[in-house]
Amino acid sequence: MSWAALLLLAGGSWLLKAVGPMLLGEREPSPGVARLLALVAVPLLAALIVVQTFGDDDRLVLDARVPALAVAGVCVWRRAPFLVTVLAAAATAAGLRALA
Amino acid sequence: MRKPPPYAADALGIGLATGVYGISFGVLAVGAGLSVAQACAMSLLVFTGGSQFAAVSVVAVGGSMATAVVNGLLLGVRNTAYGLSIATLLRGGLGRRMLASHLVIDESTAMARAQEEPGEARGAFWLTGFAVFVLWNLGTLGGALAGSGLDPGTFGLDAMFPAAFLALLAPQLRQRDAPTVALVGALIAVVLVPLTPAGVPVLAASLALLVAVRRR
Repeated sequence: MSWAALLLLAGGSWLLKAVGPMLLGEREPSPGVARLLALVAVPLLAALIVVQTFGDDDRLVLDARVPALAVAGVCVWRRAPFLVTVLAAAATAAGLRALA
Repeated sequence: MRKPPPYAADALGIGLATGVYGISFGVLAVGAGLSVAQACAMSLLVFTGGSQFAAVSVVAVGGSMATAVVNGLLLGVRNTAYGLSIATLLRGGLGRRMLASHLVIDESTAMARAQEEPGEARGAFWLTGFAVFVLWNLGTLGGALAGSGLDPGTFGLDAMFPAAFLALLAPQLRQRDAPTVALVGALIAVVLVPLTPAGVPVLAASLALLVAVRRR
């Protein structure tokens, strides 16, 4: 990753956070706007999950990442800590690849 | 000695949990090809986990820098909602508000909103923000140092990204319309993977928000 891209992301991230504290003062956003802003991450995260699980350049593939995601799903459902969830997924994929 | 405020233990607990999460970010960042210094700079300066994971996941598959930045920023838009929702708590001088803005993230906002009194909400915001900032950065450094030299495929690091995004998504699904928006977003992305350049499927998934606009 280039430093320029990293600094651009850093500056932009701060600006996004700062809109309320720097500009808003006493006013509150309308409930409809606040609700939509709070939902913005939801479709992106869902898309990242499927792209990172099934994507291989411009193809869709089924490999060790699929059972790894299933294991992660069980971890999240059982309210496992974050690190346990990602390590269980990594161990599943690594284990299956070692066997293959 | 003054009694610690009631939220202090929670703030520290959240900080510790985030520190552990920072370890996984550090490992993945160097696995994706970032230097240890870049991984640490990202946690110090970007300081919002979802955006950092999203940007690094694009770098890991060889996507363009522009895609990495745009994906990261789109995930940061929810911090705008957080900042707007707690802006009245974060009044003060220019420097104070600039620093407070940097600490506007999931954890500090959730802790502030969980308090009943404005004074406690303000205290919970700052204490949680600082605890998470310190431990997230320590975790990143530790993970980046430990992860240098690991082969991503052999150790299943590529499978850590979807697991991380799933863990980030799960608590957000409690919002109204969120499950539908998530499903539509996933469908848009999966259909577009074979048809469009890398990065486009995730950006296009934002269109799923129209489902929530229509259904006010």
